[in-house]
Amino acid sequence: MIVKNTSSSGDQASRVSSVSADNLSRGVFVELQTRLGRDPGVDLGTPPSSQTRLVRALIDGAEVLVPAGTSVMRAAALAGIKIPKLCATDQLASFGSCRLCLVQIEGRRGFPASCTTPVEDGMQISTQSVRLAELRRNVMELYISDHPLDCLTCTANGNCELQDMAGVVGLREVRYGFAGENHFDKQSAEPKDESNPYFTFEPSKCIVCSRCVRACEEVQGTFALTISGRGFDSKVSASAGESFLDSECVSCGACVNVCPTATLSEKSLIQLGQAERTVTTTCAYCGVGCSFNAEVKGQQVVRMVPNKAGGANEGHACVKGRFAWGYASHPDRLKEPMIRASIDQPWRVVSWDEAFAYAASEIRRIQAKYGRKSVGGITSSRCTNEETWLVQKLIRTGFGNNNVDTCARVCHSPTGYGLKQTLGESAGTQDFLSVADSDVVVVMGANPTEGHPVFASRLKRRLREGAQLIVIDPRQIDLVRSPHIEAKYHLQLRPGTNVAMINGLAHVIASEGLIDEAFVEARCEKPAFDTWREFILRPGNSPEAVAEITGVPAEMIRAAARLYATARNGAIYYGLGVTEHSQGSTTVMGIANLAMATGNIGRRGVGVNPLRGQNNVQGSCDMGSYPHELPGYRSVKDEATRKLFNAYWNTEIDPEPGLRIPGMLNEAVAGSFKAMYIQGEDVAQSDPNTQHVQAALGNLECLIVQDIFFNETAKYAHVLLPGSSFLEKDGTFTNAERRISRVRKIVEPLAGLADWEVTVGFARALGVSMHYNHPSEIMDEVAALTPTFAGVSYEKLDRLGSIQWPCNDDRPNGSPIMHVEEFTRGLGKFIVTEYVPTKEKVTRKFPLILTTGRILTQYNVGAQTRRTDNVVWHHEDRLEIHAEDAAERGIADGDWVHIISRAGETKLRAKISERVQPGVVYTTFHFPESGANVVTTELSDWATNCPEYKVTAVEIRRSAEPTTWQVDFQATEQQQAELKSR
Amino acid sequence: MTVKVYVPCDTTAVSIGADRVAAQISAAAGSAGLDVMIVRNGSRGMFWLEPLVEVETSTGRIAYGPVKPSDVASLFASDFLRGGPHALRLGATDEIPYLKNQERLTFQRVGVIDPLSMEEYAAQGGWSGLQQAIVSAPAQIVAVVKESGLRGRGGAAFPTGIKWQTVLDTPADQKYIVCNADEGDSGTFADRMLMEGDPYCLIEGMIIAGLAVGATVGYIYLRSEYPRCWTTLNEAIRRCEAAGWLGKNVAGSNHAFHLEVRLGAGSYICGEETALLESLEGKRGEVRAKPPLPAHVGLFGKPTIVNNVITLATVPLLLARGGKFYADFGQGRSRGTLTLQLSGNIQRPGLIEKAFGLTLHELLYEYGGGSASGRPLRAVQAGGPLGAYIPTRDFDLPLDYEAFAQRGAMIGHGGIVAFDDTVDMRRMARFALEFCAEESCGKCTPCRIGSVRGVEVIDRIAQGEDRDKNLVLLESLCDTMQHGSLCAMGGMTPFPVQSALQHFPEDFER
Repeated sequence: MIVKNTSSSGDQASRVSSVSADNLSRGVFVELQTRLGRDPGVDLGTPPSSQTRLVRALIDGAEVLVPAGTSVMRAAALAGIKIPKLCATDQLASFGSCRLCLVQIEGRRGFPASCTTPVEDGMQISTQSVRLAELRRNVMELYISDHPLDCLTCTANGNCELQDMAGVVGLREVRYGFAGENHFDKQSAEPKDESNPYFTFEPSKCIVCSRCVRACEEVQGTFALTISGRGFDSKVSASAGESFLDSECVSCGACVNVCPTATLSEKSLIQLGQAERTVTTTCAYCGVGCSFNAEVKGQQVVRMVPNKAGGANEGHACVKGRFAWGYASHPDRLKEPMIRASIDQPWRVVSWDEAFAYAASEIRRIQAKYGRKSVGGITSSRCTNEETWLVQKLIRTGFGNNNVDTCARVCHSPTGYGLKQTLGESAGTQDFLSVADSDVVVVMGANPTEGHPVFASRLKRRLREGAQLIVIDPRQIDLVRSPHIEAKYHLQLRPGTNVAMINGLAHVIASEGLIDEAFVEARCEKPAFDTWREFILRPGNSPEAVAEITGVPAEMIRAAARLYATARNGAIYYGLGVTEHSQGSTTVMGIANLAMATGNIGRRGVGVNPLRGQNNVQGSCDMGSYPHELPGYRSVKDEATRKLFNAYWNTEIDPEPGLRIPGMLNEAVAGSFKAMYIQGEDVAQSDPNTQHVQAALGNLECLIVQDIFFNETAKYAHVLLPGSSFLEKDGTFTNAERRISRVRKIVEPLAGLADWEVTVGFARALGVSMHYNHPSEIMDEVAALTPTFAGVSYEKLDRLGSIQWPCNDDRPNGSPIMHVEEFTRGLGKFIVTEYVPTKEKVTRKFPLILTTGRILTQYNVGAQTRRTDNVVWHHEDRLEIHAEDAAERGIADGDWVHIISRAGETKLRAKISERVQPGVVYTTFHFPESGANVVTTELSDWATNCPEYKVTAVEIRRSAEPTTWQVDFQATEQQQAELKSR
Repeated sequence: MTVKVYVPCDTTAVSIGADRVAAQISAAAGSAGLDVMIVRNGSRGMFWLEPLVEVETSTGRIAYGPVKPSDVASLFASDFLRGGPHALRLGATDEIPYLKNQERLTFQRVGVIDPLSMEEYAAQGGWSGLQQAIVSAPAQIVAVVKESGLRGRGGAAFPTGIKWQTVLDTPADQKYIVCNADEGDSGTFADRMLMEGDPYCLIEGMIIAGLAVGATVGYIYLRSEYPRCWTTLNEAIRRCEAAGWLGKNVAGSNHAFHLEVRLGAGSYICGEETALLESLEGKRGEVRAKPPLPAHVGLFGKPTIVNNVITLATVPLLLARGGKFYADFGQGRSRGTLTLQLSGNIQRPGLIEKAFGLTLHELLYEYGGGSASGRPLRAVQAGGPLGAYIPTRDFDLPLDYEAFAQRGAMIGHGGIVAFDDTVDMRRMARFALEFCAEESCGKCTPCRIGSVRGVEVIDRIAQGEDRDKNLVLLESLCDTMQHGSLCAMGGMTPFPVQSALQHFPEDFER
């Protein structure tokens, strides 16, 4: 941010904050370390300095006041003075290779590069002179002597920094000619690498600025790119001279993003040409919630460019958000509403109105026959806040019951419960930026490099800076050891023993005097703490006892506990490996206990950080998708809250909590639950014990599915309402850091209606009055009815970019860090976390534990990513098995194996891996035919019913025979495909 | 009585048969039943006399050379073990004028002792500098180095004491001492001779540097082309560790110092200090932009002294004899001695350690004896492949950093390569650019592309293609490289080219 300042001796940071608009003088510029108010489109050349001391200098006669450590280039840019540059970008540390940014400094010899020269007090800098112009032109002449002159037909035409700079320095001739040694003519040019499905690498256009290499290191942290050779032979090389696809490249696109020429170009850009407009929106994949600038031409997305001003991602992205958006225009997209009376009948294409009328009449018929509570619905964590709000509103008002749940049930419901109990708010405590201040990071039951890659890059950057890492995971995830990263401790526990592990860690902290007594005294409930302390000090929680349960040596547990507890800033990040257990909620509470006991709450660098699975898990929960809670986590039993909603919605909300998803499915199997409205969730693939789910769905008299694809659940549907992708609607998503970000409509909904309009149409057919001209009006209703959202509006979101709730009169700009002064519930509450082993036990018959997880290039049930080129990296789910277990069963790498559990049996190909320990097998669940959930059981978290996906006792048997389930699956698949195409 | 016979183990001597000479002497002595002990010493630095065999006699060491294996029999026949007369007899080693007239301070033990003998090292003044340092405060050590006026002998001639002071003043949990032993300049061999001939001296200097700034770990970055140094240094380090000079308690003190030798991989640019640090960190040897200086942000981001072998090996003497003793040698701002390495077309190539102030003329003719070809000398290149060519009319130049700089030349690491009047200076200019093209790290544009274009432009000049335009272009390119390059490599490559153009324009007209 540029602020003009008259302060005469501004050597203190505090002076800057006192700058006000009315004491400005011309020509004095200050950079404030704020993320607000600066045009992110301007590249300032080098990153901001973190120093607080200010220095003053003259650049071309203009006085600048900047933090010490700021480069001359950045200071000049802040003052509006542009210095030519090619290798510099404010996304990367300065490098000093292009030599275009040379300046002259009074009293210094030569021509220092402005990107690598920090401003010093009293410096007098000239950025323009005859001599500088000559040097810059001559350097540019050298560049161009080794560059093809095909600008007019070049991909980067109009968007090429080399072209721009050639213009800026006034290059008019290349005295060296073009006959010399080069990298572009027919004999010399290396072939274009088109192996990556999303971008090309054209070596002949490369100016060896190393931006891509540096981005791969500094931003992404993968270290896949390097410069090989030296001198004139220097060239960008993926891994050891491999193709991009075969290399270690994870296709995050950071290199493409920073390339100043056409060398690294998106294939979509090559195909479509430059876009005509840019729309800022939010990624619809994981819970990181990256902000993107969608570059659009007509109704066509040209490319998705990560937004530098995006709070969650700050200009970074991953292979999914950056590139895998082609599913939105995939031929499989549902484009017309369809209905049928029973699932063995062909589908009939109908108008929207007919579909709404049919669905409404079926709901009413079923309610008349089976009762008001025989129907329910599921909101989607994939949809916007506004859409989720409407679905729960429809169910509570139109269906007249609280049978509403959301797919967060099967992922992070224990987070909502556990953090509410202990801290008072069902949400993570930090923003992602916070990790930059962490000194010790605990990653438990999460695999950020695969599941939350953009956060992982931030984390890895911090680890490279020297922060220590503790990984608690049954599997050797990438973070345990990868380039320039190594976990100090990997507590490789047995699946299902999280609570014991957390208790062991807490025991060490309590018994070795590592509790932050002052914090606990000031911030937490004393009686609860005393009870907890007494509990945790019991011998059963000692590391020695816990070692027996978890299989992790006691000494390692002690060392890890000490490391976390003695850190200046200790942070815990966790994922579904914590929640998806029969004691998921207990572990979440245990994590909160640990953070409170060590005082690691309420400031940057610390906290309890759930890594949310889907883009809007946080939002769907906030929006009242739970059967027992109205929006803002307020109990339906609470009369005051009900009254508020009753008045606003002109309805009478049922004071009784409704059914959770497992409840609805159980009741359906039992025959008392008969109709469902499911928006954007594929329970038939994603929920545990597939055969049970299929039985439930098959029993429904009316299943209304709203989705962008004909998913597994749709095979059991009677009404199909085409959904709209995130590109086709307005709304907001709320990510794992409570950040509310705008989703903006870029193209028209393929089927004519955005999801929120579909729900409105359905509601009206049910006789519910819903009138919204735009999703902003829905947000206004959210704000009016939900205290934590009171200050949120589209106008403010447009102004601030994003807002982290709570946002209200006290915190009009939102709350990056929570529980700063006090906990949301007042005093933090320690809760006793007794370890109770899961009922899912290994036996002679089922001697192995199956646990599941995700992979970078695929996303959840894969409905989107399977319909993109991401399949080149992962086209089938495999079963990871340790060599010992494999050898015992005669299994070789690549063999087909049967996975048999108490719930069912399915078939996958085996992958021999050292990442799992003996006794544990692992798979992903991205492909429906894998049937990963055929084997998972209905055991679930005691508090929230979150399924125990992460622990299933299984046996593995080498066999290429199809399983019964897969035979049935193929038959249904074929039958439903025929019914759809008829 | 056992007779000590010295046969150098130095790479230069070995390359022309010293090992075979040693073996012959040993065999001949054995068959004659004579009690001979062969000591493999370093080289005295008189390369035209290598292999130089010395015999310890009651009147001191008597030299014979150059000795071929076939000469051994006649040496025995001449009773050389008692200093007997022989065609190759050179008299008392110390009286050979080439050696006698030198002022050997840094090289005082090189060629004299068995390089790995702890006893001889200690007997010849070794460890006394370190003993002094151990009882001195860090600031006192730095003060001695400052007082000595010692400047970096790697070529940049930066005042060593100032560098040390900077590292001393930069607080950090870890600091490093890095010895730049990537002696890559053509015509230089002083580092190698010292490491092969007196390794403990370098080790002692590094330990003192560690004590001076609070660094507990040192690395010697050694070029892989020096396998003998690798073996010698590692053995020397092993013995120092065993003797307690290196380790947790240096010489029984509370100071720790650990030392390790790391091998380069054949890149010239890794002799540039920041590229060296990158390489030492296991990365691609690519130059870093300065600031920050390595003294502030060096190896693994920590404050680091990067000094050349000769610089560090001079330090023990400073501590042992005092800064003033050293500063009393030399002239102007060039204090102490310079280890000159004379090579090329010269009759008596070798190492000459002399106080600053000697003129080029004295060096080339009084020590070097003029050209080896017998033809008149035409030019010398001083300071390695990036140094300027100096014409005969400038041979009056005294060896003095400032005096050289005033005439657009540099002393650098002290390598002087002589050329007679048959040299084609256009070819030499081309070679400079070719060398740069070969060795450029490729990071900055002027060096990466400019060097290649430079070769092409000179070739066009050679072919008479638009000669005048191309000469202008060559000057322009030199200007761009000199002022636009990131490091000294690209910045100095123009020096030989420009000096060739300036002093020998006729060579570009042919």
